[in-house]
Amino acid sequence: MNEAIVLGILAITIASGASVLYATLGEVIGERAGIVNLGVEGSMLVGASVSFAVAGTTESAAVGVLAGALAAGAFNLVLAVFVVSRRTDQLASGLALWLLGFGLSTLLGSRFVGHRVGGLAEVDLPFFDALPSSYAQVLRQDVLAYLMVPAAVVIWWMLFRTSWGLRLRAVGEDRTTAYAAGLHPARVQYQALFIAGVLSGIAGAQLSLGYTKTWQEGMTTGRGFLAVAIVIFSLWHPLRAIAGAFLFGAAVALGLQLQALGAPVSPFALDMLPYLITLAVVLVWGRPRAFTVPMGLREVFEGTGR
Amino acid sequence: MAAVVARLVGPLPAPARAAISWAGWVGLAFVLFAVVLVVAGKDPLLAYASILGNTLGTAYGLSETLVKMTPLLLTALAVAVPARVGLVNVGGEGQLFVGGLAASFVALTVPDLPALLLVPSMAVAGFAGGAVWGAVCGYLRARGWLNEVFSTLLLNYLAVLVVQMIVYGPWRDAESANYPQSPQFATSAWLPTLGNTRVHLGLAIGIVAAVAFFLVLQRTRWGLEMRAIGGNSEAARRCGIPIATYTVLLLAVGGGLAGVAGMAEASGLHHRLSPGLSSGYGFVGFLASWLAGHRPLLIVPMAFLLAVLAAGGDILQITQSIPYAVVNVLMALILFVVLAARAAGRTAR
Repeated sequence: MNEAIVLGILAITIASGASVLYATLGEVIGERAGIVNLGVEGSMLVGASVSFAVAGTTESAAVGVLAGALAAGAFNLVLAVFVVSRRTDQLASGLALWLLGFGLSTLLGSRFVGHRVGGLAEVDLPFFDALPSSYAQVLRQDVLAYLMVPAAVVIWWMLFRTSWGLRLRAVGEDRTTAYAAGLHPARVQYQALFIAGVLSGIAGAQLSLGYTKTWQEGMTTGRGFLAVAIVIFSLWHPLRAIAGAFLFGAAVALGLQLQALGAPVSPFALDMLPYLITLAVVLVWGRPRAFTVPMGLREVFEGTGR
Repeated sequence: MAAVVARLVGPLPAPARAAISWAGWVGLAFVLFAVVLVVAGKDPLLAYASILGNTLGTAYGLSETLVKMTPLLLTALAVAVPARVGLVNVGGEGQLFVGGLAASFVALTVPDLPALLLVPSMAVAGFAGGAVWGAVCGYLRARGWLNEVFSTLLLNYLAVLVVQMIVYGPWRDAESANYPQSPQFATSAWLPTLGNTRVHLGLAIGIVAAVAFFLVLQRTRWGLEMRAIGGNSEAARRCGIPIATYTVLLLAVGGGLAGVAGMAEASGLHHRLSPGLSSGYGFVGFLASWLAGHRPLLIVPMAFLLAVLAAGGDILQITQSIPYAVVNVLMALILFVVLAARAAGRTAR
């Protein structure tokens, strides 16, 4: 394999992995606070459609991203009302949130199908021109792709080095004990779900304004669900999530490159790669071990069905 | 709401109270969806009137609703069977596609068999295909490797891609120009239909399956053991009930029922394999099962209710130019309010 192909794969890995990483980070925060949100897919669609619509109307990608992030954050509070305040079943509520986001984003986005926007500008520093073009394409990414690793570090710091993060994790381990210790579990979980929503909104915005620059009904194609699976692989740790998201991105990139090189394989088989590789790594490295799963999640997974 | 009615007509029996409060919550979802439509600049009254008029208002509309109900009923049972032991099967969509694929394989490889042999073989193949797709997830769960929620969800996407790969590739019908679909089945592979409607035998299969599941739950040792695991899995384990076996088996049976839905759609309605075999029936079936609290006999009316909405989604697209997927908003709202009502009932006790 020659250098240009490897660099091409790397460039697409970053661009397509970014949205998954933001969504995964959001889910890590939610699950650390004891809430499994299967609706990430829906929040991402809300973020993608709102940011696309706003960026298209105001002609400012930055305003678009901001609007998409806030809309998805507010959208996640719908879930909070049900699972935190009304204590509904988390898994079924999450799927309802996904359907809700799917429907609402379709309604909003129907006017924008086929439109193109300028989208997020690529970072372009003067020295890029001095580099060979195959190297420069790796560096010419949108701002959100540049910010994804710093975002993971900030979230790691928030979760593990601040008292807010300690409180959040305490609620996620054992809501009742946290309450007895004088914390406000409901308030913490609302905050966690809002931040998770903002991050999935950014994920959606990166997808519609950065990666594809178009809006399409259901354009996230399972990325939100994959993010939930990558959380398991990452053992609920923001920094390991980077590796998970890059694996997903690499699978997408590999498929696209093989197609571009004219490999005699069905494009649909290549589209299976991200799902297969994610499932495989979750199975190999994501076996729940003692002390890694937030204790509060056990009742979600074991007390289901009624 | 039940309290208001009780004040008007006197004390009510418990089931009537439950039904009224349930109807009240679902009504709330319809009101919320009307608000969404108004915000989007559509006329909600017109939308509801056109849904009702075109589904329940005419004989043709009713028959088309029953056509939609068939896969919903079977995929809802696919959710309910594993749900009775606390397993969440979100993979009905994928299991449906794999079942349709397996049934189509039989129909296309041995088209010369007589109908009496061919159709049952297709049903068996459909069941087996869906069952394998479900059993894989059951095995992963039973070994403690991966929760079935994630595996069933992700396998949906894989199943659709497998079907696309096949109908765009080896099975592509040369005669249907740009449509990626398999050649049409021989007529001996078609499920019989009712009169001159499109309602096919799949509906009867679904109703029989619902009743059979009810009887198994209520009258057999397996049903007792399933209810025991669902009630308290630790206690069930200590009584020597093989939980791992049930996990794999019930996800297989659930997957199999969804697979039969795929077979019925391919054999009774489309008469071929195509990526349009399902428009999200697996997910709507999930809703139907949750609305019914996974109770088999209640699933039948719930599948009908959601079939009205699913058929309504098509109608809204045609008459009000509202995209089909928007009907998901209404379905999500119904699920939300019913979940909330159930949770509220739990805290009240």
